[in-house]
Amino acid sequence: MVFWRRKKNQKQHEEEQRDDKLLHPEGEPDLELPTEYDAEMDEHTRHEMEETEEEIIEELDEAPVPAHSIEEDAKEAEELSDHTNEGGWLSRLTRGLTKSSNKITKGITDLVTKKKLDQDTLDQLEEVLIEADLGPKTAAKIIDDFAKDRFEKEIDEKEIKTALAGLMSDILAPVAVPLNIEKREDGPFVVLVCGVNGAGKTTTIGKYAYQLRAQGFSVMMAAGDTFRAAAVEQLEEWSKRAGAKFLSKDVGADAAAVAYESYQQAKEQGVDVLLLDTAGRLQNKKNLMEELEKIIRVLKKQNEDIPHATLLVLDATTGQNAFSQLETFKEMVNVTGLIVTKLDGSAKGGVLVGLADQFGMPVHAIGIGEGIEDMQPFRAQDYARSLVGIEF
Amino acid sequence: MFESLSDKLGGVFSKLRGKGSLSENDVMAVSREIRVALLEADVALPVVKDFVTSIKEKAVGEAVIKGVNPGQQVIKIVHDALVEMLGSEAQELQFASPPCAYLMVGLQGSGKTTSTAKIAKILTEKHNKKVLMASLDIYRPAAQEQLKQLGEQTGIATLEIIEGQKPVDIAKRAMDTGRKEGFDVVMLDTAGRLSIDEEMMAEANAVQKATNPIETLLVADAMTGQDAVQTAKAFDEAVGLTGIMLTRVDGDARGGAAMSMKAVTGKPIKLIGVGEKWTEIETFHPDRIAGRILGMGDIVSLVEKAAETVDRAEAEKMAKKFKKGQFDFNDLLSQMQQMKKMGGMGAMMKMLPGLGQMAGQLEEAGVDDSMIKRQEAIIFSMTVQEREKPDLLNAKRKQRIAAGSGTSVQQVNQLVKQLKQMQTVMKRMKKMGMGGMMKQMKGLMGGKMDELEMMAQSMDPDGLGADMAALEDNAGPLGPNPFASGNGLKPGAGLPSDLESLLGNSSHGGKKKDRKKKKR
Ligand SMILES: Nc1nc2c(ncn2[C@@H]2O[C@H](COP(=O)(O)OP(=O)(O)O)[C@@H](O)[C@H]2O)c(=O)[nH]1
Ligand SMILES: Nc1nc2c(ncn2[C@@H]2O[C@H](COP(=O)(O)OP(=O)(O)O)[C@@H](O)[C@H]2O)c(=O)[nH]1
Ligand SMILES: [Mg+2]
Ligand SMILES: [Mg+2]
Repeated sequence: MVFWRRKKNQKQHEEEQRDDKLLHPEGEPDLELPTEYDAEMDEHTRHEMEETEEEIIEELDEAPVPAHSIEEDAKEAEELSDHTNEGGWLSRLTRGLTKSSNKITKGITDLVTKKKLDQDTLDQLEEVLIEADLGPKTAAKIIDDFAKDRFEKEIDEKEIKTALAGLMSDILAPVAVPLNIEKREDGPFVVLVCGVNGAGKTTTIGKYAYQLRAQGFSVMMAAGDTFRAAAVEQLEEWSKRAGAKFLSKDVGADAAAVAYESYQQAKEQGVDVLLLDTAGRLQNKKNLMEELEKIIRVLKKQNEDIPHATLLVLDATTGQNAFSQLETFKEMVNVTGLIVTKLDGSAKGGVLVGLADQFGMPVHAIGIGEGIEDMQPFRAQDYARSLVGIEF
Repeated sequence: MFESLSDKLGGVFSKLRGKGSLSENDVMAVSREIRVALLEADVALPVVKDFVTSIKEKAVGEAVIKGVNPGQQVIKIVHDALVEMLGSEAQELQFASPPCAYLMVGLQGSGKTTSTAKIAKILTEKHNKKVLMASLDIYRPAAQEQLKQLGEQTGIATLEIIEGQKPVDIAKRAMDTGRKEGFDVVMLDTAGRLSIDEEMMAEANAVQKATNPIETLLVADAMTGQDAVQTAKAFDEAVGLTGIMLTRVDGDARGGAAMSMKAVTGKPIKLIGVGEKWTEIETFHPDRIAGRILGMGDIVSLVEKAAETVDRAEAEKMAKKFKKGQFDFNDLLSQMQQMKKMGGMGAMMKMLPGLGQMAGQLEEAGVDDSMIKRQEAIIFSMTVQEREKPDLLNAKRKQRIAAGSGTSVQQVNQLVKQLKQMQTVMKRMKKMGMGGMMKQMKGLMGGKMDELEMMAQSMDPDGLGADMAALEDNAGPLGPNPFASGNGLKPGAGLPSDLESLLGNSSHGGKKKDRKKKKR
């Protein structure tokens, strides 16, 4: 079935051995549900346990969140009503996923209860993974591992789903690492945010700033996208929403100059965290990638340790090109972590499994909407489960 | 990361060389490879399945073109089918009585606003239309401001921004303004929306109903994965698309989404975005995207060239001569000319997957097109009799030829020796198999080519032996004759024998070393 293995060479062989180790750690995979969705906790209690908007705002010691416009209030009210209907954040994440994966879920559901695991079923499972953007090779590899001890054995649908999710969860677990932002003595903690055009960099900065503010950090955003029309205004609006300081220069200004100045300013003003926005760039544009290198070079002139984190924002809708993105950004600007956005849509972001497998790059958070609160930590098990269409 | 389809098929087909037509089994053997190649290029699975089925039907029974191997030929069939599917004709933008609306829809961040300005610019400059742009994006911060600034940069009118107005109302106001102020086209840039967001999709539908656009374009990212199908379908259902604009084609994504979206909606890809500036927009060329999806460089044009340049009758005549060992200077000349027609040795090498590197080595070894030209000149300086009967060449004649061709007697001698060696090789080839051929070739080329030896060793003698045996089995009443049919990529079928053995074995010989390099 996995025809390309016929041409196995030494390197491939080594990779496979390494993968085997990854996929089969000692002990059973932990399939316990995280407490947030403890079945015993009812909808109401769960909702009560979530921090309310007001509580979060109370915690903000500096500039408060600016007054909302009428539309925003209306939108919020609508979002809140959504919450009460559908429960916590996970429902929000899976709402999109399950809706869109109805077909996929059904695909698995159709695979009869308790029966012998045959080639046909394996092919169908492989297709489920391919349709979730895992890519043909990663999908085949996972199915191969899945089949290893189970082929021709009796198995039911639930076992299939759990086992498949377990395999992917094992791959994803090592990269589920939160971004550890800390207050520093020598100046602000600097986070550089980069990625291809329209991935969600600016929005992610808005969301991060909001979370950081809620945790008591003071934040400054710097408008490093000096190219795209109204990119500066967009970030400025987010700085207001999140209650963060904001620094920009003129359109067309050198992004490196923005970075340089913002660090100086942030340091002077005793800001805890500096979030640097950058213009979108496709990884195959040499000059634009060099511009990004220059930003880092200029930053390092002031402090060898910065940026403390360089985040690559990846759109979940992206297919196999994500490999090229991560590879190039990692190589050129030493990306330290990933943020995956737009997971509230019908795209499942399965490419992350292959990325985790190949690069082992930490995934800090996921974006699940356009609102300021729509960012969540990356949780390997939930992610893996949504890939196979497990409903919560 | 990705292996090109030609690399993969080369491997599968090394076992199939020398057959007259593609059998069902041959085609089955490659259908999986095609499937994987398309999936790696992000073509959506259901689309891939349909496509592979149609390829099987097309390819089975297809006669094998001389001068290419079956793998390359299947790629050509796949490529052509892809082009056909993507839409072979350029699709023009439509207009209706002014003011007509253009509605731009798509997912968040797909490039709608930028594309709105790009299209508005084309309409203004190429179609002499008076265009008004309006942003209905009241959700993304500064989205309306973005379109306004783009309007200022491009000199295209934008609708005045009124805070708090709902998208449908903005759309109506835009049409009103269009009517009152004599605009030909009103471009409506909308907010990004997810296909599963029912409310937002309903909003798009309401805008569509209110403005009855002549063009409703889905703006989609060339990097999109499997979700392309779902997105295209949902938007088509909600607003009735008239076409697709594919953005970020300037990136290195393989662009399978183009095929997915065309397949599920049947709507043409009208335009592509190739950069961030408002001038960076082009009409869609299906063949370019097809080549990208397959990730295969110039193999298609090679197959085309081979198909049109290798004269069948000529090749068959030569095959007979080969068999008898009657290979004369006329034959050598005609081979050289065939090769020149196909762009010369280096060009051919570079076109072949895995052989790009060899092209460089050939150059270093002085085996290049200038050597071929020199040898051609030598043959041209020969009389008709000398060309047919190389044995006539005595010292005196050689001196004359050298003077006539501006070469040295030594170089003439070299060519005579080469011809003799070729004759011997031809006669012995059947017994030797291809590995032996390669070694012989190394001798022919002056012994400088270690790469060739490496290739010879890396070849699978069993497979090749079996190939040769199969050829003999297929031989007609004339007895075992690998060249009799004149079909397929067989030594002597129109290409210089040495080059041909390279062609036929490219997937084997080139792989080891080049694979790694090709990954990126
Ligand atoms: N649905 C959804 N949309 C998002 C998410 N993150 C960003 N976006 C939207 O994607 C579009 C591009 O985002 P932006 O931050 O401007 O991308 P940038 O060009 O990378 O800075 C905007 O319309 C955002 O609202 C997400 O997690 N979910
Ligand atoms: N490289 C490249 N970038 C593009 C292209 N089209 C749009 N963009 C960029 O993609 C990002 C999002 O574009 P925008 O028009 O704001 O998307 P919208 O959210 O759909 O309106 C911006 O950074 C644009 O400059 C394209 O064809 N090539
Ligand atoms: Mg931005
Ligand atoms: Mg827009």
